[in-house]
Amino acid sequence: MPDVEESIRAAHAVKSERSTNNTKRAFRLRIPRIRWRGALAIVGFFILWDLLVRNQAPGFDSIPSPLAVIQIFFKQFAFTATYWHSWFVSFQRVMYGFILAQLLGIPLGLILGTRKRVNYLLFPIIELLRPIPPLAWVPLSILFWPTNELSIVFITFIGAFFIIVINVYDGVRTIRKEHFWLAQSLGASQSTIFRRIIIPSVIPSIAVGMTLGIAVTWNVVIAAEMIASDSGLGRLTWEGYVSGSPSIVVVGMISIGIAGYLSTIIVDYIEKRMMPWKQLS
Amino acid sequence: MEQVMKRDRGSNNSEGLAPRPEFGKLSIRNAGKTYDPQGSAVVAVHDCSIEIEAGDFVAIVGPSGCGKSTLMNVLAGFDNVTSGEVYLDDSLLASPRQAPSPGADRVVVFQNGALFPWKTVLENVTYGLLKTNAMSRASAEEKAKDFLSRCGGLDKVMRSYPAQLSSGMQRRVEIVRALVNEPRILLLDEPFRAMDTISKTTMHQHLLKMYSTCRRTIVFITHDLEEAIYLSDKVIVMTTRPGTVKLELTVPLPRPRTPEMTASVEYMDLKKEAIESVHEEAKKAFERGERELA
Repeated sequence: MPDVEESIRAAHAVKSERSTNNTKRAFRLRIPRIRWRGALAIVGFFILWDLLVRNQAPGFDSIPSPLAVIQIFFKQFAFTATYWHSWFVSFQRVMYGFILAQLLGIPLGLILGTRKRVNYLLFPIIELLRPIPPLAWVPLSILFWPTNELSIVFITFIGAFFIIVINVYDGVRTIRKEHFWLAQSLGASQSTIFRRIIIPSVIPSIAVGMTLGIAVTWNVVIAAEMIASDSGLGRLTWEGYVSGSPSIVVVGMISIGIAGYLSTIIVDYIEKRMMPWKQLS
Repeated sequence: MEQVMKRDRGSNNSEGLAPRPEFGKLSIRNAGKTYDPQGSAVVAVHDCSIEIEAGDFVAIVGPSGCGKSTLMNVLAGFDNVTSGEVYLDDSLLASPRQAPSPGADRVVVFQNGALFPWKTVLENVTYGLLKTNAMSRASAEEKAKDFLSRCGGLDKVMRSYPAQLSSGMQRRVEIVRALVNEPRILLLDEPFRAMDTISKTTMHQHLLKMYSTCRRTIVFITHDLEEAIYLSDKVIVMTTRPGTVKLELTVPLPRPRTPEMTASVEYMDLKKEAIESVHEEAKKAFERGERELA
């Protein structure tokens, strides 16, 4: 019986080996397939929305119907440069803030996890600053940074920075001591241990930080744009409200939803590339 | 089941036991370890002496907290003794004045498994060869493939990541990763602890086969007596804290070992003797636990 079991295992292993060889195919950027249940729910959502507006359900008197939104979208937005510029500007801010947060947050997290003294020095202040919501930074950063653009990127950065720092720090702390020991036994030097053991060990934590970070940066950027900017998807939404055109607000909301979704897909793709070993497990 | 066992025995017979290696003689002399975390000294190991011949398979058995892991950590070079000496091949490995350092000649296989998950099987196995020996990548891979294929066809999965393998396969790869460095001693720290009985039996056959083909000194820590007797040449029973040697049992069962031997009279007698002494210690440990709680 163990023999049969063993041959099954071997067969499995061979199969998975084959699929690792084909990792390229598995890595292709793919948008999750919409299953019929999900599609049904989306269609259902729009029908319900339409019915509620049509029948003047309580609270729905100034909400536009989906058809009105689609009309406005194609009439005023889909073919105008300003609309697509809003997309571009918001994306740019998210990317700047997000990338900056990774570039500074990952090394800081690694240092906090590996250098005791630096940890003692910096950890308390990080813990003090971390609970301050990114939006609470808005007034000061407007005063501090010379341009609004810089202050929005800064606030976006704050949104993702602490998340990534804490995740990487935690990742370093939870590295298994057996991995350190084995690397030492097998002859790895201190610098090799850092590069070849610590870094790969924290990659899953970096990925978690990225997933959480990208969501937060979109939250923050939209709010910051509403408060402190004259461009971007957040501003577009807010202007729709101020000018009394709820259809524009909904166009803005849906655009933000799609933008966030696209960013998540991109981040997912990057994460998969970073951790080939997590693919088929 | 019956057929498989016969087949296993057949393959073991045809290969026989490799000759004793020239190195791997271990001598632990009056070793002691006292931890002193908050001023209250805890004696983990006390006056422990063990002699192991090169190429012997020795199992160390004892209740939890008998200092098995402390001893293992000293041998691997992660910890030091506070009294006594440890000699490896007649040169001093550890003494209170000389802390041992980890080395590829004493590789541990840990109980929870510690393959690097981000490396493929082949990369895991070649890791030590590349880091220590300044072996070229090509020859390291050659050697790794050779060892993997000799250990139950593991070369078929060398491009896989550990997470894609069954836990039994992972453990075997881990043993190969240690063996490929041709260590003086192979340290196995309860490697099959978390396994079900059937996998364990399969793993025992694999380990015995690896031992018979690439014979090394093996120090096998376990608290499973039957496993200890079935696999090893010598079973060392340790006392509860402070850990010291309570009983040394020589296992006269011939090699290759087969599962049927576990029903033989010699095996039963050994088991009985060992059980009595372990039970005594377990009882003491339990009573002490009660006292400490009271």
